[in-house]
Amino acid sequence: MKISKGEKVVKVIIYTSLTILAFVTLYPFWNTLVISFNDGLNTTLGGITFWPREFTTQNYRAVLNDIMFIKALTVTIGRTVIGTFLAMFFTSIYAYGLSKKYLKGKKIYMIISIITMYFSGGLIPLYLLVRSLGMIDSYAALVVPSLVGVYNMIILRTFFMGIPEEIEESAKLDGCNHIRTFFSIILPVSGPAIATISLFTAVYFWNEWFNAGIYINSAAKLPIQNYLMNVMNSSNYAEQMAKLTGGIGKFSVTTVTSRSLQAATIMVATLPIVMVYPFVQKYFVKGVLVGSVKG
Amino acid sequence: MNTFLQKPTSYRKPKTRSWFKEFIAQWDLQILVIPAMIYIIVFNYIPMWGVMFAFQDYDIFKGFFNSDWVGLKHFHVLFNSPDFLLIMGNTLTISFLKLLILFPAPIILALILNEVRNERFKRIVQTITYLPHFISWVIVAGFVTSMLAVDNGSLNLLLKSLGLIKEPIAWLSIPEYFRTILIGAGQWKEIGFSSIVYLAAISGIDTGQYEAAEVDGASKLKQIFAITLPNIAPIIGIFLILAIGNLLNAGFEDILVLTNNGANAILRDTSEVIDTYVYKQGLGGMRYSYATCVGLFKSAINIILLCSANFVVKRLGNDSLW
Repeated sequence: MKISKGEKVVKVIIYTSLTILAFVTLYPFWNTLVISFNDGLNTTLGGITFWPREFTTQNYRAVLNDIMFIKALTVTIGRTVIGTFLAMFFTSIYAYGLSKKYLKGKKIYMIISIITMYFSGGLIPLYLLVRSLGMIDSYAALVVPSLVGVYNMIILRTFFMGIPEEIEESAKLDGCNHIRTFFSIILPVSGPAIATISLFTAVYFWNEWFNAGIYINSAAKLPIQNYLMNVMNSSNYAEQMAKLTGGIGKFSVTTVTSRSLQAATIMVATLPIVMVYPFVQKYFVKGVLVGSVKG
Repeated sequence: MNTFLQKPTSYRKPKTRSWFKEFIAQWDLQILVIPAMIYIIVFNYIPMWGVMFAFQDYDIFKGFFNSDWVGLKHFHVLFNSPDFLLIMGNTLTISFLKLLILFPAPIILALILNEVRNERFKRIVQTITYLPHFISWVIVAGFVTSMLAVDNGSLNLLLKSLGLIKEPIAWLSIPEYFRTILIGAGQWKEIGFSSIVYLAAISGIDTGQYEAAEVDGASKLKQIFAITLPNIAPIIGIFLILAIGNLLNAGFEDILVLTNNGANAILRDTSEVIDTYVYKQGLGGMRYSYATCVGLFKSAINIILLCSANFVVKRLGNDSLW
């Protein structure tokens, strides 16, 4: 072998450190999963790391039995689906319009848009605006403040500009106007780009908690991340829930603790992303590359 | 394709018939753009006027037009406030720490990954390390809390089994450890994903340069310093400018979730930064004008930093933002 001793050592170091990195990345997921499947009281004894000692599904039953959780999940799902759809709709037609050289006023539109990427009014003025629009504590506040993203628009615009004109020519000859052309020709061709941006948008809506937190007052309209925050931050909440759900179900004595309950809630809140992730990972990576190069 | 990059010509805002006529003629195209324009003006530009709140004693019942104007009063209050030094100190410290630790790490990871020959291993590691970027900070805080818990927290279990501590430590309740935890969590979450751009840049380097270096007998390490780094210097430069321009954005979401949405008073001394202060004063304490003033102050400094950093990099002869 031509590899020198020094290079062999380096190789070992590289593979070891990367393995450690991968391990450290995955461990919290795994450990929390294990705790969520472990009996709460048993967990307090300590020592749970790689495998549950006393397997139970109690914690999950406690979570799924909580009406607030079901509500929060519904809110998040609705928000993600509707939000992604609307955001993609407005952003993509916007991007398409701006991709046409002969758009009247294009320069102005572009300048107005780009400026917002660098300057903003700040948190308070935005909050007061939303308030004056009457959107506080409404479902609209979960979606509307994030409808048009200039960054995404630019990525889509670049993509649209790369579509050969011939494709649209035939539609124009048939008498289609831009609106019809967009929906019947451009969209079908833009699958990958739309898919990528949609995924990014969906992940954003699923994870977004801060805006929801400041605009929503009623507990029933909170999305799932905020619900999780409540479970985590007021161990009162968790303990109360634990006691409540202990009465229902097979076990007369509840052994759900706030810790095990929190673990289960965390897992449920992040499950969709983790499950979808391996399949869509390549889209994300590509999107980042395109975005950063163009940006 | 490049029309928007050129300086706008003295494009007179057209009341000429033909421009207007053409505008109407392409209504089907304009209609695609107009909704987004309206949205941007409402949700991005109207709030910009909101910076005026900083110069008023904004009263939410009186509204913008009826609130009293107080000029620079809030700025005075801010600069004389005992909190000011604390907040600025924390903001700058945390920001510098993040720059020092979180900025180079993805670059180093990219360099390391680049040396891996086994494609399968490489892809697995990449897939795994990209994952934390996609989960919310709330979840990350959940993991951090769980790992650092006194009650069956893995870190305490590990340290105890190694004999390094006797009793579990309540890491998240000790202000001195907060910044380390904050940065550690940030690293865990973003190191993988941030390395993507660098890795792409590295793989774009012409392999001829490496071959020539090998022939000249350069060691791997020497190659990295002489070939890889100089080649990706422009990208690093751009990101560095952006990072410096963001110096006062020391963190917000991450700090909030790790301090119980800002409610954890114990950690305040080492965790309170400008953005969390604005949030608590403005939305919590309803001091709208004061909070806007603080935010405005921060934005102004950010712009100065961004321009300065850009200027310096340009002077050094590298690529810059503009």
